[in-house]
Amino acid sequence: MTGKLLVDGVSRVFPGVRGGAPTRALEPARLEVAENDFITILGPSGCGKSTLLRIVAGLDRPSAGRVLLDGRAVAGPGPDRGMVFQSYTLFPWLTVAENIAFGLREKGVPASQRRGTIGAYVEKVGLTGFENHYPKQLSGGMQQRTAIARAFANDPEILLLDEPFGALDNQTRALMQELLLGIWERERKTVLFVTHDIEEAIFLASRVVIMTARPGRIKADVPVDLPHPRDYRMKTSPHFSELKARLTEEIRVEAVRAAEAH
Amino acid sequence: MLRPLEPVGQGAKVALGISFFVVFVAAWAFATLGGYVSKTFLADPITMLRDGWELLTRFGFAYDIAMTIWRVLGGFVIAAAVAVPLGILMGAYKPVEAFFEPFVSFARYLPASAFVPLLILWAGIGETQKLLVIFIGSVFQIVLMVAVAVGQTRRDLVEAAYTLGASPQGVVRRVLIPANAPEIAEILRLVLGWAWTYVIVAELIGSSSGIGHMIIDSQALLATGQMIFGIIVIGLIGLVSDFAFKAMNRWFFPWRLA
Repeated sequence: MTGKLLVDGVSRVFPGVRGGAPTRALEPARLEVAENDFITILGPSGCGKSTLLRIVAGLDRPSAGRVLLDGRAVAGPGPDRGMVFQSYTLFPWLTVAENIAFGLREKGVPASQRRGTIGAYVEKVGLTGFENHYPKQLSGGMQQRTAIARAFANDPEILLLDEPFGALDNQTRALMQELLLGIWERERKTVLFVTHDIEEAIFLASRVVIMTARPGRIKADVPVDLPHPRDYRMKTSPHFSELKARLTEEIRVEAVRAAEAH
Repeated sequence: MLRPLEPVGQGAKVALGISFFVVFVAAWAFATLGGYVSKTFLADPITMLRDGWELLTRFGFAYDIAMTIWRVLGGFVIAAAVAVPLGILMGAYKPVEAFFEPFVSFARYLPASAFVPLLILWAGIGETQKLLVIFIGSVFQIVLMVAVAVGQTRRDLVEAAYTLGASPQGVVRRVLIPANAPEIAEILRLVLGWAWTYVIVAELIGSSSGIGHMIIDSQALLATGQMIFGIIVIGLIGLVSDFAFKAMNRWFFPWRLA
């Protein structure tokens, strides 16, 4: 098992506001991600899990430590690390098809080739017939599906998802989880997925990384040995419930600590 | 009963908008035709229309209108051609902003009308002077407003573009500019309205054509009907250009309304 991504002693301290004490958002963290692995990072809100993801993406700089992708240090954002954000970040002036092709155009992929990729991903995320719609005309779930297609179409080495389904209702969220898992089962990308939803963390992952309340620290690393392909019925299986109970205990301690700290 | 923020129907909206014009003209007609205001100071609406017709048919007022429009558009286009790119650069690149922003903020408060005597010294009373007044009046406003708009571009869209492999120049070209294009068009529409006030000021002094020139000529003759007609023409042209601008924005930026 070769390490695809290595987060090596990464920490982040935000300077204090107006002479206040600096905030330790992330304690030195070490995380190794194998090729084609699906890792979910689970933690209470404010535990620095998004900070960790943003550092991997190169959108934020670590105060100490380094991030290595395929052995090379990450210095800034780049197309090798695709990202899906919690907020809706489709470009509102571009259609669904143009959004999906954004990265390809930047790479200089010819239009004829782009069309093929767009068609394939529009179909994979179930948006056939909506290619020429603007983001404003789409529901939240459809927008996030487009964002996922946009990230996949760019063919990154690793895919970073920052609570991408956080703003969606429960039913849509469940469907989106299956859709994402379906694509991953076929394409086998390396994925780092941040969430505070325990069920989501287990259902998607081959490994769940649990983070502590602020200052964020990696507390546990739980392998999920549920077989693939997975579907929604698995969420009610005994093994799933067992895992869920265990993670609930782990996370509850942290949530209580976080609540006491405020 | 009126409820706050309750929308009004399309038909009622148009009817209400027109009815205030009617009320306004009726009040004007009542004051002048009723003999409450001296004809020397304020012409009645009928005299105004007759004077206007005479201006257009006998005194070649259409030429004056054309001259004024060309001056506004000429000065405005030059100002926009300079100010929009500079504003985008300032909004995108903070050192550029730090370099220009203090001066532009200062220059913005210099009244364009105060430059008229100086510009006559520099550029004479020809077209260059008229264009310069409008240029000075518009350019700093556009620069600052565009810079602010571009500087406020949603950060998450910029970040998304970076994670998709956009270069810094790519972010300017493919995110900052398209994201703010409708906003920039709105700014241009607004400043064009202001440019109309500058052109009249420029034409009041040392000019031999234009709507402003006609108004100052009419003052010497106490022809208040002609003066009011001139002012109303300016208002109408402003209204038309505003409509044209709005229609153009709808055509160019369908994604905003989609």
